[in-house]
Amino acid sequence: MTEENKTKEEEVIAKLDTFDELPDAPPKRRIKLSWVGKISVAVVAFWLVICIIGPSIAPYHEMDMEGDDSFLDAYDNFYLGTDYLGRDTLSRIIYGARNTIGISLASTLLAYLMGITLGILAAVKGGWIDMGISRVNDAILALPTIMLGLIVIAALGSSIAILVGTAAVIYATSVFRIARALGQDIMVQDFVEAAKARGEGVWWIIRAEVLPNAAMPLATDFGLRLVFVVLFISSLSFLGLGVQPPASDWGSMVRENLQGLTYGSYAAIWPAFAIATFTIAINLIVDDISAKSGGSLAKKMV
Amino acid sequence: MEKEKLFEIKDLRISAYNEQKEEIRIVKGVTFDIHKGEVVALIGESGSGKTTISLGSLAYTKPGLHFTGGEVLLHGQDVLSMSPIEQRELRGARVAYLAQSAAATFNPAITIGEQVTESAVLHGVLTQEEATKRAVELYHALELPDADRIGFRYPHQVSGGQLQRLMAAMALCGNPDLMVLDEPTTALDVTTQIEVLKAFKKVIREENSAAIYVTHDLAVVAQVADHIVVLYGGEIMEQGSADQIINHPTHAYTKRLMAAVRPTPTAGMGTAVGSEHDRKVPAIEVKDMTAGYGGIVDNEPKVPILRDVSVKVENAHVVGVIGESGCGKSTLARVMAGLLPQARGDVLLDGNDLEGSLHDRNLEELQKIQFVFQMADTALNPKQVIGDIIGRPLEFYHGYKGKEKHAKVVEILDMVELPAEFATRYPMELSGGQKQRINMARSLAANPEVMLCDEVTSALDSIVGANVIKLLTALRDKTGVSFVFISHDLSTVASFADEIVVLYAGRVVEQGPTDEVLTPPFHPYTRLLISSVPEMRIGWLEDTMNKREMAVGIAKGVEITKVGCPFFNRCPMGIDGTCESESPPIRVLNDGHEIACHRTVEELEAAEAETQQILHGYERIGEDKQLPSAG
Repeated sequence: MTEENKTKEEEVIAKLDTFDELPDAPPKRRIKLSWVGKISVAVVAFWLVICIIGPSIAPYHEMDMEGDDSFLDAYDNFYLGTDYLGRDTLSRIIYGARNTIGISLASTLLAYLMGITLGILAAVKGGWIDMGISRVNDAILALPTIMLGLIVIAALGSSIAILVGTAAVIYATSVFRIARALGQDIMVQDFVEAAKARGEGVWWIIRAEVLPNAAMPLATDFGLRLVFVVLFISSLSFLGLGVQPPASDWGSMVRENLQGLTYGSYAAIWPAFAIATFTIAINLIVDDISAKSGGSLAKKMV
Repeated sequence: MEKEKLFEIKDLRISAYNEQKEEIRIVKGVTFDIHKGEVVALIGESGSGKTTISLGSLAYTKPGLHFTGGEVLLHGQDVLSMSPIEQRELRGARVAYLAQSAAATFNPAITIGEQVTESAVLHGVLTQEEATKRAVELYHALELPDADRIGFRYPHQVSGGQLQRLMAAMALCGNPDLMVLDEPTTALDVTTQIEVLKAFKKVIREENSAAIYVTHDLAVVAQVADHIVVLYGGEIMEQGSADQIINHPTHAYTKRLMAAVRPTPTAGMGTAVGSEHDRKVPAIEVKDMTAGYGGIVDNEPKVPILRDVSVKVENAHVVGVIGESGCGKSTLARVMAGLLPQARGDVLLDGNDLEGSLHDRNLEELQKIQFVFQMADTALNPKQVIGDIIGRPLEFYHGYKGKEKHAKVVEILDMVELPAEFATRYPMELSGGQKQRINMARSLAANPEVMLCDEVTSALDSIVGANVIKLLTALRDKTGVSFVFISHDLSTVASFADEIVVLYAGRVVEQGPTDEVLTPPFHPYTRLLISSVPEMRIGWLEDTMNKREMAVGIAKGVEITKVGCPFFNRCPMGIDGTCESESPPIRVLNDGHEIACHRTVEELEAAEAETQQILHGYERIGEDKQLPSAG
């Protein structure tokens, strides 16, 4: 054996003795968005800013009938033309952002609160509690969402609180299913069993073991769910049961100005465009994030 | 005579690139040949690049890896420079790959026969009829039961060992030039391992096919390989014929690997316990306990596993529980931990009765019994840092908070020989052996009296596993904790335990001090287990197959029976009419050594003497055979 081989051999053996050496800490995994994702974030951020500062930058008030005539194309200060009552379309879109996005966000948050609480509870407790909640949930899921919304609002009247509540209950059902499935997956993991063997209580297990592991898939789903709620609220408004005139909202703006299409007016197109930009942007962000986290979201989706 | 060179790997280099586009070399210039009819073993620990090289022979790398140099030649043709279409034709048809887990390879919804023949038919090597005929031939060659009809079954209808052999049939169906076997027996029980090894060896010889056999287990390699390549860190340390490497290793790393091979379990391997931790009552004890799954009706579990089990664990002792999968080893630990309430019988801690369910046990009782789970990967919450994982039992049981808690965490990390910086790391940032240490550290943090270790070394490399055992021994001496050490690996248990409990189909068939259990007389099942532990000796497989218990005992699974001795159908010395219907009496030998068998101690001793004689006889025949060829 040559001298060189000998030293190499010693090196290997020396390494073996410290084989449990600290492996290099892997770089912190940060989610890097693609350029599509970045543009989408910018679009969503833009609309959120509009929600907040909208009234102070809008050229007119949403209810002002300042235009010369209805269904006009862009002129002077009316950058997007006027609607069927001669109101400034741009101002109404800016005001409407508050209603559409605000109501959707509130509904989705409420849906998540209900869905996660019940879903994790069902997963952790199992047995009759799980059975009871799940069957009620299945029953609600079986009803067409718009139909259910129409009935509730027709019965209780249309106010923003009822709108938010209805959308929240309807969408909590799908959140419940995801949260329950995730919770059940996590509950059978050894680390949960270890916590049980230690004698930990249910709340500690939920807070420290289950929720941190369910957070990421639930967060990506949140974006998706928000889109559905925006479309739902818009659909209700389109049918005249959502936000009531004269307050503006993207969905009802499309309905109000639909007849304008026959005159070649864009008044119905602009709010539809606003809905599209917001929902598509959120979808693209969700896609980007779930692609980066190895598509695990897709598997968790029920 | 120079055999035909079938396959060559020349200076193969494979690298990965990290985020900074730096090259990380995984395989650093590896060269070896395979001749027709030859089995080449790639041996090394995790991270030695053995799987990467074996996949490279299919011109495939895992995502993120790239071939950066060298050639892979099949019949002199470089497969790396082939077009993707040619490579696809190559894979499965000319080079076949057998993954580690048969259970994961087979699709549960398609019959076995369809899956075995699929690749050969898909590549146009054989027609469906030819392939089916060939598959049946292979089933016969692999000694599968009911060979003519097994192809019509579904994967869940055959045993794990049979499935592993069926995977070999799948690979061989299209008459490949080369088979790549990636750790095909690692996850199996020793008895199943033998059954699979024997079938592989026979079929490789009969088919005269060449194979790359990837494993970390030298004792297994000694049975199947003609040529051995020892790898470490992507480089060849040493290569040569099996005889040369096994009997005359020259490289220090090879010698090191040999030292970590499980020695044959024999008496005198256990360590003696000091008397300083002695107390009058056992730390934990189960008495006439019956337990199972599926709920309890009339003190009888719906799916019974354990029946009338009595085990005592003395203070500061290590009790090894062994048996094949499905014998109830983990169930026993789960009953002790309160995770599974028993149907009948008692569990006692320090002589005091314990409630069956952990919900009814008080904090102190919970703290004194700690369960260490088998897979550290799943037993540690990936979203908690090590400091929180170890800190939680400190806070939960002992009320440590803030700085005090952190100091204690560091102390416990030190006990498991890990640096204090680990407290801020996440489990996924650690190696397998380190995770297992954290897993044990969490239990240690509770300051328990009894630690229940469920197969804690089974998923680890031999050298890493040996270090974990060393650590456990040190902890026992330092803290006086009692261990219940569950393993299917008799040699690990023998090297560490003071007492051994042999479980078969939910019953204790033999128990006693390690030395007593490992010296004759043996219970026939203990004998089978001892005979099944591979020895690092060429020809061991053939020798052991000649033993009586092997002929009857292997290739049969564990069956839980309600009456009689469950081992009856695998026992070479069962008494017809008695063993299958009556529960065996417990024969008490010296020093608390108990054997549950209908045969008397004298009969068992006589059987052992006979086995030894047969073995000796064969060895002599072997010597005779060698003489003429040597002269």
